[in-house]
Amino acid sequence: MTTRVGADIQEIDEVRESLVAFGDRYLRRIYTDVEIAECGGGTPGAARALAGRFAAKEAVFKVLGEFDVVPTWKEIEVRRLTTGHATVTLRGSAAELAARQGIGTISLSISQSGGIATAVVVAESSLGSSER
Amino acid sequence: MSDAGTMIREVLQANGRLPVSALSLRDDDDLYQNGLSSHASVNVMLALENAFDVEFPDVLLRRDTFKSVAAIREALESLGAEVESN
Repeated sequence: MTTRVGADIQEIDEVRESLVAFGDRYLRRIYTDVEIAECGGGTPGAARALAGRFAAKEAVFKVLGEFDVVPTWKEIEVRRLTTGHATVTLRGSAAELAARQGIGTISLSISQSGGIATAVVVAESSLGSSER
Repeated sequence: MSDAGTMIREVLQANGRLPVSALSLRDDDDLYQNGLSSHASVNVMLALENAFDVEFPDVLLRRDTFKSVAAIREALESLGAEVESN
C-alpha cells in the first residue's frame, strides 16, 4: 500500500477572465453539468468555486500520474457535499487509470483565499511504488 | 494573411499568460517549460478554435497537444485547418 499526494493552485481571476472571454464554451470543455450547476453557472461570481474545482482536477491528475492514457478534465468530477466535504468521482479513462494503479478512495480538500484556490488530494494505492 | 506559425504565436501571446514573448519561441520550444499553465492551455485551445475555425475533440484535450508550436500546428493539421507555411 502506498499513499500518493497531489496539490495544485489556481488563480480565481484567471478563471473569471476565461468565463468572460469564452463563456459557455469554456465551461463545457472543463466542467461537468453537475459541477457547473453547483458552482452557480457561468456567472463571474462562479469563478471562485470553479477555480477550486479546476485546482482539484489538476491535483487528481498528479496522483494518477503520466501514462499513455490521458483523462479529460470532465472525467474527473468534483463535488462539495452539504457537510462541506469535497468528493471526487472518476469516470472513463480516469477511472481506468486509477483502477490500473490500484487507487481506490481519493480524499480531497479545497480552499480559497487571497484570490487563489488550492486543492490537496490524497490517494491510497494497493500497488507498491515499484509496481506502477 | 499571417502564416500558421505566426497565428499560433499570436494566440499564445494573447492567451498563454507566458512570462516570455511567445513571438520569440521556436517551433519545438517546450511551452510548459516556458511557463504555460494547464488553465492557460485551455484558453489557448479556445482561442485557436476561434482563429482557425476548428473544434478540438476530447481526444486532443491533452497536455501533449499544446506542448509546442509544432505540436499545435500538427493538431490543427489533423483537424483540417489551413496551416501550410507561406
